[in-house]
Amino acid sequence: MDIFIQQLINGLIVGSIYALIALGYTMVYGIMQLINFAHGEIVMIGAMVTITCINLLLGLGVQLPGPLLLLAGLLMAIPVSMLLGFTIERVAYRPLRRAPRLAPLITAIGVSIVLQQLAMLIWGRNYRPFPAILPTVVHDFYGAAITDLQIAIFILAFLLMGGLFFLIERTKLGRAMRATSQNPDVAGLMGVNINTVISMTFVIGSALGAVAGVMVAANYDQAHAYMGFMIGLKAFTAAVLGGIGNLAGAVVGGILLGLIESLGSGYLGDLTGGFLGSHYKDIFAFVVLIAVLIFRPSGLMGERVAERA
Amino acid sequence: MNFAFLQTPRGKLITYAILGIVLAVLPWVLTGGFENGKAWVRAVDFALLYIMLALGLNIVVGYAGLLDLGYIAFYAVGAYCYALLNSPHLQAMLPYWAHNPPFLLMLLVAAFTAGVFGLLLGTPVLKLRGDYLAIVTLGFGEIIRIFMNNLDRPINITNGPQGINNIERVHFLGIDFGRPVQWLGLTFDMVHLYYYLILAFCVLIIFVTLRLQHSRIGRAWVALREDEIAANAMGINIRNVKLLAFAMGASFGGVSGALFASFQGFVSPESFVLMESIMVLCMVVLGGMGHIPGVILGAIIVSITPEILRDVINPMQEAAFGKRVLDPENLRMLIFGLAMIAIMLVRPEGLWPSKRRAREFHEHDEEARA
Repeated sequence: MDIFIQQLINGLIVGSIYALIALGYTMVYGIMQLINFAHGEIVMIGAMVTITCINLLLGLGVQLPGPLLLLAGLLMAIPVSMLLGFTIERVAYRPLRRAPRLAPLITAIGVSIVLQQLAMLIWGRNYRPFPAILPTVVHDFYGAAITDLQIAIFILAFLLMGGLFFLIERTKLGRAMRATSQNPDVAGLMGVNINTVISMTFVIGSALGAVAGVMVAANYDQAHAYMGFMIGLKAFTAAVLGGIGNLAGAVVGGILLGLIESLGSGYLGDLTGGFLGSHYKDIFAFVVLIAVLIFRPSGLMGERVAERA
Repeated sequence: MNFAFLQTPRGKLITYAILGIVLAVLPWVLTGGFENGKAWVRAVDFALLYIMLALGLNIVVGYAGLLDLGYIAFYAVGAYCYALLNSPHLQAMLPYWAHNPPFLLMLLVAAFTAGVFGLLLGTPVLKLRGDYLAIVTLGFGEIIRIFMNNLDRPINITNGPQGINNIERVHFLGIDFGRPVQWLGLTFDMVHLYYYLILAFCVLIIFVTLRLQHSRIGRAWVALREDEIAANAMGINIRNVKLLAFAMGASFGGVSGALFASFQGFVSPESFVLMESIMVLCMVVLGGMGHIPGVILGAIIVSITPEILRDVINPMQEAAFGKRVLDPENLRMLIFGLAMIAIMLVRPEGLWPSKRRAREFHEHDEEARA
């Protein structure tokens, strides 16, 4: 039973990180119908910048408690990622807004390759350990272990998601975003500055991505120039699972994916009598996705979209 | 320039003749003119394999408009098909008649198996659209790869991450493609022999796709791409036509994969990662979706550019800084990524689009101006 609770906890933590990244994908998709392949790379760069910044501060002999150091790193990483997101949209996506859908997809892949290689040039090929600045306090939770860090990740993720929902549902910018996602041309006629709205979407999504990147790095104690690819893929899968373009769907999809993965890899061996082991973990995401999409072709919470003429 | 001459029957004949001669002597020019000529011929061989792949994917994405991000899976199926039947690895378990089947039969088996996998993918995703389809195909590609990576137990079928070694080369028309052959005073090395073999299949596939393009099926695919509902109303059986696109595209990938396995002599799951699918898609889109010459051009550019950069970057760095400042491997991919972005920004319709597509883009220009 404690294994079950342990996997449940791990799944929830990873799932909340997936959800945070998935929100970045789904926001951009909702507004531009574009798979922003570079989003995973932004997550990676957020993690890398934070680690570099903390190491720099430690190297300078700054005596601060761990959480404050982490905060300083985050405050550095978030603007970098925001700027990056803004620039990517400006340079690679905006000129192609009226082009057919596959053209920006290819530039997105190009941007992803460029960022990945840049990161390799700057930070090298090796794994970067996450500096051990956080005290590891382990709590016992019904027989399962949970650390302070994991609790913090979970709470912060949900605070950020709450903040995003407030922004989208209650502020003027959020209303402009919703209007743009429904119909950019009409929103433009109603006085919404579409360019600003789209830029803001990228900036907000990138900020969330940077925080998620730091969470991933802290949770696994390491970061790597290639980490953005797989985590981006998983998060995108989560977004599609929930119904892409739908914010609540991204959260549900992310948590669900995290749970399925961790419970699945924990019990797969037992269920199949040792035939399939936990090394099939990465398959889970996709098998569940395909199964869900067969029965609900537009995701769990996606609305049935009428065929566009 | 006036290309009208090229459209006349005589002009066409002359163009094809020149093209034929160029293609025939190309490997000899490369081996004769460059120090590491054999490596270049090898690169060209791979470019030809990529052309086959790109043409196969072009059927699915370019003609039928179904975004497939897992296409490399069919390449993998073809390659493993060849590898399993033509290497000592699994032969102990197979009946005697299944060992080293004749080459053409082998290709048929690879094409058929890949085609079946195409149907396997196609059937559940018939109702999905656009990006949902993209992510499911992507997942399918990953599933195939992960299975190949892990099917070394409980029964060792694919030998897991180590891959399959000692794959027999092609034996065809009495020639062993793994050994040098003396002919007309020239020594045909393995890379040369394979060049002509792959070229032959490449030409065959180009011919088939050209004939498909304006056939009843080809037109049905285009109709499907433009508007599924209207196509259905015109009496096109959407389900069959879609499945046919998946199966046909997959079987091209299968043939290409079988040739790849025999050429490489070794297959492992590492060759079939998602990035490869994405690269093939880039070839199709960069070149000009749905336009065969464009797709061929795209395949050549995407597969050859990194090879050229490999040779150019280090001298360039040394000239500029006096030493190697940056890791050439990263720099090469960095430039490649930038080039991809630049090409798409300048020509979103692709480098060499079909007339119809170019015209569609023009329409948009006018709309924007109005």
